[in-house]
Amino acid sequence: MHAKKTNRTGLVAKKPGGRVNKMRWDLRLYVAGKTPRSVAAFVNLRKICEEHLESLYSIEVIDLLENPQLAKGDQILAIPTLVRKLPAPIKKIIGDLSNTERVLVGLDIKKNRNTPNY
Amino acid sequence: MSKPNIRGPALLPKTPTGIEGFDEITLGGLPQGRPTLVAGNAGCGKTLFGMEFLARGAMQFGEPGVMMSFEESSEELIRNFSSLGFKVQDLIDRKKLYIEFVAIERSEIEETGEYDLEGLFVRLDYAIKKIKAKRVVLDTIEALFSGIPNEAVVRAELRRLFRWLKSRNVTAVITGEKGIQTITRHGLEEYVADCVILLDNTVIEQVATRRLRVVKYRGSAHGSDEFPFLIQETGISVLPITSLNLEHTVSRERVPTGIERLDTMLDGKGFYRGSSVLVSGTAGTGKTTLAAHFAAAACRRNENVLYFAFEESGNQIARNMLSVGIDLEPFIKNGKLKVHASRPTAYGLETHLATMHKLITSFKPRVIIVDPISNLITSGALAEVKSMLVRLIDFIKVNHITALFTDLVAGEFSEGTDVGVSSLMDAWILLKTLENNGERNRGIYMLKARGIKHSNQIREFIITSKGIKIVDVYTGPAGVLTGTARVAQEAKDEVSQILRNQETERKHRELTRKKQMLEAEIALLQSTYESEEDELKKAIDQEVAGEAALVRQQRKMGAIRSSDVTIPDERIRRQ
Repeated sequence: MHAKKTNRTGLVAKKPGGRVNKMRWDLRLYVAGKTPRSVAAFVNLRKICEEHLESLYSIEVIDLLENPQLAKGDQILAIPTLVRKLPAPIKKIIGDLSNTERVLVGLDIKKNRNTPNY
Repeated sequence: MSKPNIRGPALLPKTPTGIEGFDEITLGGLPQGRPTLVAGNAGCGKTLFGMEFLARGAMQFGEPGVMMSFEESSEELIRNFSSLGFKVQDLIDRKKLYIEFVAIERSEIEETGEYDLEGLFVRLDYAIKKIKAKRVVLDTIEALFSGIPNEAVVRAELRRLFRWLKSRNVTAVITGEKGIQTITRHGLEEYVADCVILLDNTVIEQVATRRLRVVKYRGSAHGSDEFPFLIQETGISVLPITSLNLEHTVSRERVPTGIERLDTMLDGKGFYRGSSVLVSGTAGTGKTTLAAHFAAAACRRNENVLYFAFEESGNQIARNMLSVGIDLEPFIKNGKLKVHASRPTAYGLETHLATMHKLITSFKPRVIIVDPISNLITSGALAEVKSMLVRLIDFIKVNHITALFTDLVAGEFSEGTDVGVSSLMDAWILLKTLENNGERNRGIYMLKARGIKHSNQIREFIITSKGIKIVDVYTGPAGVLTGTARVAQEAKDEVSQILRNQETERKHRELTRKKQMLEAEIALLQSTYESEEDELKKAIDQEVAGEAALVRQQRKMGAIRSSDVTIPDERIRRQ
C-alpha cells in the first residue's frame, strides 16, 4: 500500500527488505529549539531506532520555533513529541524518550518484531 | 497581581465584550490584557460566550481574536456560530479571527520521560502573531487534564500559560467545567485570579433558566447578583439591562383610562404616566375589557400600545372586544396597537422577559398591557415570576411606559395577588363579583392609587354594547345593591319621586286656596269695618251738632237772663 508513496525528506530513508517489507517506520520528532530535552530525545530516539529497527525507519525532526505552523497538523502540544506516522495507526509518544521500554511499547516495536527475548 | 483598587472602575482598563447586557453589569467589560475565567456546566453557553467575545471584538471593536478550541473543530465552530448571525468564515478570511483546534487523544499518547507543553505556546503564539490578536479564548483548557497524563506538568504549564498570556497583553477568556466544590473541576481559578464568571443553567419546575454571575472581578465594581441570560438568534443577552436602583424620574402627566367615570374615581384625570396599574379579579370580571378600553383610549391619543396576551390571540381579543363596542381592528391595522400573543408555557420566563424587552425596545410603546400576569406562573416558580416582573416593571418605569397588568385571582374575596406583586404596583383596581338576590354583578373598586385622590366607593359596572359603564351603587342596611336589585331600587326611587312631586303640588294648591280664603275674609272684615265706621262717624257728627245747638241754646238763654257767665266758644268748637 505504500509502494508508490514517495519518501519524506528525513535523516534516514531506507527501503525495507525481506518479509517485513510492509513494516517501515516513518517517524517525526517535534522539538522547540535546541533544548537539552530535545537533544536528549533525539539521541534516545536514534539509539532505539538503530537497535530495534535497523534500517527500516526514517526520522524527521521538526523545530517548531522555526516552523510553528507545522504544529497544527499533527496536533502537537507536548514537547518533545514523537509521532509514528507509519505504520498506521498514528501513535504519539511524548517526553524525552528516556524510558526505552515505554518507547518500544509506544511504537509497538516489541510486539511486531516478535522478539520476546530482547 | 494588581493592587486592590477601590477608587472605581475608571482606573482599570476594560475590554468591552459587546455581549448585550454583560458590559453593563461589569461596568465596561473584561479586564484588559488579563485572563478571565468563565466556568459553567456543559451546555450553559461557555463556548458561545467565548466566540461572541471574539466575533463582536472583531466586528465591533476592531480587535482580532484567536479561538483555541480543545473541544470543537473549526468546521463545527464555523457552522454553529454562523447560524447565530456571525459571519465566522468571513472573519477568518479577513484575518480577524483565527480558529486553532487542538485535539488531544489520550489513547494515542504514550508518555516517556520529561516533557512540557511548549507546543501549545508555540501554536498560540503563532496564531496571535498571524492576525495580531488582541483577544484569545481557550475553550476549554481543562481538556488538557484528561489528555495529558501528568497532571503536575499540566498545572505547571497552565500557570506558565496564564503568566505568558498576561505578558502578551491579550485579553483572554478561559472556559472551564464547573466543579462540585470548586468553581472549576480542576481548580483553574487558582491561576486566573482577576475575573471569574460563572454560568449556570438550572431547571426549576421544568423550566430552564440560564444565569450568569460575576463571582469576582479584581479591581472593579460589578453587579454581584445572578443575572439571567438568554441565548437568542443574535447571541447571548444578559438581562436585565435595567436600573439596579430606584432612581427613575417620574411624570406628573396623567393618562386617562378610557372610561370616563373611572377617571372620575381617580380625581377626574386618570393614572400618572409611567405608573404600573394592576387590575385583579376573579374569572369573568371584565379585566380584559378594562384593558382593552385602556388600550383603545391610548391608541386614540395616537400612542403606541403593546399588548402582551397570554390567553387569547390578537384576533380573538379584537373580535371579543368588538362585541362590547371596542373596535381594536383599526388600531391594529394602522400599527398603533401591536398584540403579541404567546402561550406562557411556550418558553421559559427569561425568554418571555427578553422577548418583551426586545419588543418594547423596538416598538417603543407608551402603554403596555400584560394580560394576564398570573398566567406566567405556569412557566416558572412564584419567586421567579415575581423577580421577572420586578425587572419588567423596572424596565418599563425607566422608560416612562404606563403599564396595565391584569391578574386573575383564584379566591372570591381575595385582596391579594397570586403573583404577589401588588406592592410593586402604583395603582390597583379590584374587580369583583357582587353576589346577591341570586345573581352576580360586577363591582369595581380602587384599592389603591399612589399619589392620586381616589374614590373609596365600590361602584358597579356593567359591560354594555358600548363598553364598560360604571353606575352608582346603592348602599343600604343590606349592603350594596347591584343588578336587578339596583334597578328595582331605581324604580322604587322613581315612584317615590313622583309621589313626592304630587304631594308638593297638592300642598301648593292648598296654600293658594288658604290664601284666597284669607283674602276673602280680610275683604269682608274690611267692608264691615268700613260700614261701621261710617255709621259711627255719622253718630259722632250728630252728637257734635247736638252739643253746639245746646250751647247756642244756653247762650241764648243766658242773654235772655243777662247772666254774667258766658260759655266759651271752644266748647262749641270742640264738640
